[in-house]
Amino acid sequence: MNWGSWENFLAMGGYAFYVWGSYLVTLGLVIAEIVLLALRKRSVLARLRLHGTATRQGDR
Amino acid sequence: MSIKWFKYSSPQSFFPLAGKLALWFGALALVACGVGLYIGFFVAPTDAQQGEAYRIIFIHVPAAWMSMFLYLVMAFWAGLGLAFNTRLSGMMASAIAPTGALFTFLALWTGSLWGKPTWGTWWVWDARLTSELILLFLYFGFMALQAAIDDPRRADKAGAVLALVGVVNIPIIYFSVKWWNTLHQGASVSLTQAPTMAATMLTGMVVMAFGFWFYSIAAALMRARCIMLERERASEWVADYGRGSA
Repeated sequence: MNWGSWENFLAMGGYAFYVWGSYLVTLGLVIAEIVLLALRKRSVLARLRLHGTATRQGDR
Repeated sequence: MSIKWFKYSSPQSFFPLAGKLALWFGALALVACGVGLYIGFFVAPTDAQQGEAYRIIFIHVPAAWMSMFLYLVMAFWAGLGLAFNTRLSGMMASAIAPTGALFTFLALWTGSLWGKPTWGTWWVWDARLTSELILLFLYFGFMALQAAIDDPRRADKAGAVLALVGVVNIPIIYFSVKWWNTLHQGASVSLTQAPTMAATMLTGMVVMAFGFWFYSIAAALMRARCIMLERERASEWVADYGRGSA
């Protein structure tokens, strides 16, 4: 497929809204899922550290 | 020859393996989606009837396939947990649900954006679309039910029953275009017939499907790791891991 120019590629033969609306929302949601997973991991680790310090102090 | 099949059925030994696998599948997903998008936008020709609007197919069909496939995998793990009371099975089922819901939503969203220019409507209550919407509600129901029960083991059991009952919806989605007279077209790719589309279009779609598949594995494993840490936080290995990565 030869689009000729970036303008033609972005225009998607007049269907830009539908095609890019599909692809951008997909990309956005996938990135959102990855960010949420990273944040969840971080918060679990933060709680573990808090818990760990509390236990160590309790041991003394 | 003895293979330690059950070695990885405990969260403790599966945790590091899941981390490595997530990384590898994430990388594979990136490569497959890169190749798939290249084929989809630069190799596959313009469709004679739909023009460029058809290019939505490269995410719509793989997303729809994943939405059904992930539900089956989720129900499989849930059923396994219900039957054998294994700890990891329930965690895997919970880990898959949000990613499955994501792909179900994307199948509906991209379908809507494809339906408007080709059918003239964003939405229609036909069998295929309605049963896919029910699938989204099944995922939401599973997640809501699990979130509403404090004891994770009981949450797993309740969720498993819901997931298994909901499996009946999967063949309904799949065969809906045959059983009912729907606006949605029949399967472009089936096991019994030659595909009804250009070879490069089909290649792009299949490569994207592999990309979504690898992504789903990576995302589910990453989420499973979080769930393992949360649920087993009182255990020694989690405490060790917390100290090690501090």
